[in-house]
Amino acid sequence: MGDNKELVRKTAKLARLHLTEKEVEKYSKEVEEVLVAFSKLQEVDTTGVERSLHPHRISAGLREDKTGKPTGRDALKLTKHKKNDYYKGPRLQ
Amino acid sequence: MKKTGEAEEYFSVFVEEKPTRKGKLQGLTFSFKDNICVKGTETKASSKILEGYKPLFDATVVERIRGEGGGILGKTIQDEFGFGSFSTNTGLGIKPPRNPIDKKRVTGGSSGGSAAAAKILDKHVSIAESTGGSIANPAAFCGVIGFTPTYGLVSRYGLIDYANSLDKIGVMSRNMKDAAITLSVIAGSDGRDMTCTAEKEVYEDYLGKSVKGMTIGIPKEYVKDLDPEVEKGFLETKKMLESKGVKFKEVSLKKNAEYSIPAYYIIAMCEASTNLAKYSGLRYGYTEEMKGEHYDKFFSRIRGNAFGEETKRRILLGTFARTTGYRDAYYDKALRVRTLLIEEYKEVFKECDALMHPTMPILPPTFEEAGKLTPLQNYMLDLLTVGANLAGLPHISVPAKNTKLPVGVMLTANHFEEGKLITLGESLE
Repeated sequence: MGDNKELVRKTAKLARLHLTEKEVEKYSKEVEEVLVAFSKLQEVDTTGVERSLHPHRISAGLREDKTGKPTGRDALKLTKHKKNDYYKGPRLQ
Repeated sequence: MKKTGEAEEYFSVFVEEKPTRKGKLQGLTFSFKDNICVKGTETKASSKILEGYKPLFDATVVERIRGEGGGILGKTIQDEFGFGSFSTNTGLGIKPPRNPIDKKRVTGGSSGGSAAAAKILDKHVSIAESTGGSIANPAAFCGVIGFTPTYGLVSRYGLIDYANSLDKIGVMSRNMKDAAITLSVIAGSDGRDMTCTAEKEVYEDYLGKSVKGMTIGIPKEYVKDLDPEVEKGFLETKKMLESKGVKFKEVSLKKNAEYSIPAYYIIAMCEASTNLAKYSGLRYGYTEEMKGEHYDKFFSRIRGNAFGEETKRRILLGTFARTTGYRDAYYDKALRVRTLLIEEYKEVFKECDALMHPTMPILPPTFEEAGKLTPLQNYMLDLLTVGANLAGLPHISVPAKNTKLPVGVMLTANHFEEGKLITLGESLE
């Protein structure tokens, strides 16, 4: 599995999750134990076996192509990061 | 409402809303696991990251219960987003609930508050949710009925997702009758959840029926390495059903016993890490001042400060299992193994009406015992409940009789055969 700490740091970056060095240390030990145990699935021959994205066949219907009522300005009540009628986000660059 | 005071530690919010309508649920009060949206009431799935979030809408289950005259008591405490088996992984600043039977012990999880509320409140039904056993497990540890329906029978609209292909809203109660009536109200198609099916029955019709002639399979791999008290409770339950004319036979769930834990956890963590990507402190919930920093840094800071320990662990594992180079070995493999595990159950149901085994292999542990387990040991304890959840099969946990501490016996039926579980569950009351 290579350098576990580096792996945890890289994964945390992908997941946009700030971790302290102490957390990196802790998770790097535990994550290896879990991943090794979960590798057990490699024993199973799945040649020609389909994936089950759901537990049983879902005959998902389609809803009518009609415009719904947007939550609109009410949703803005839930945040303090706003200006006029818009969300105000962090810097993009 | 004499016991409401004692129930307080199991609730994150008390609303005590009186019913405004008459209907099938008149006379009952309801609580909702904290991951179910109630309009205008703080709903945070016991996570700091959703602190202060008051949904602008009701979940479908809330609407349906209100529509049939059910009173609403409030929101119950759980493991953060459902990530746990003991309700000890509550989010930052939220106290884990204690088992109402013995306060030194855990309630089980993740629907720990729901189980405790059903145990101590009269005429109360808890609406809970299970991803990998989060209804059956706390039901077993607190000594109540925990009913997890077939995947897709109850709308997930308004549920804060853990893992979309596994999450099921269900019911916890003291008796089968209340569970059956409630299920009839909340089940059935919903245009706002496209995975919700039209299959639905009047579940009360299965009450008061005979179990004579039913065949129950006991998976031999699921009755090994049990705590002696759990074994005693299980055998007593088996004897009770035998005396009522149920036939038992030994069956095998070999593949599930070997592979359901890794397959379940990989799929659940992959889906969870995707679902949790949206919490960033911008539009709702916990936030901090923006310090003119880049969005990557702002979102990472908020998430780092507000997610709890187990949540971070699952985000890391789930994100890793989806990265290029590992995706085929973990996520894709788990989805294919899932097919084989479902087929194994389907095969067994050709010769059985239901399956039976203990819900948990152990008695409710003390907080000290639970705290000593490593994450992996913790995950492994879910062995008896994850298979049915991964396969989306309906299952109930019913309390065994005459045990020193609560012991749950789990009955599992084929997809959409909730009726058999109601008849069997009631015969054990």
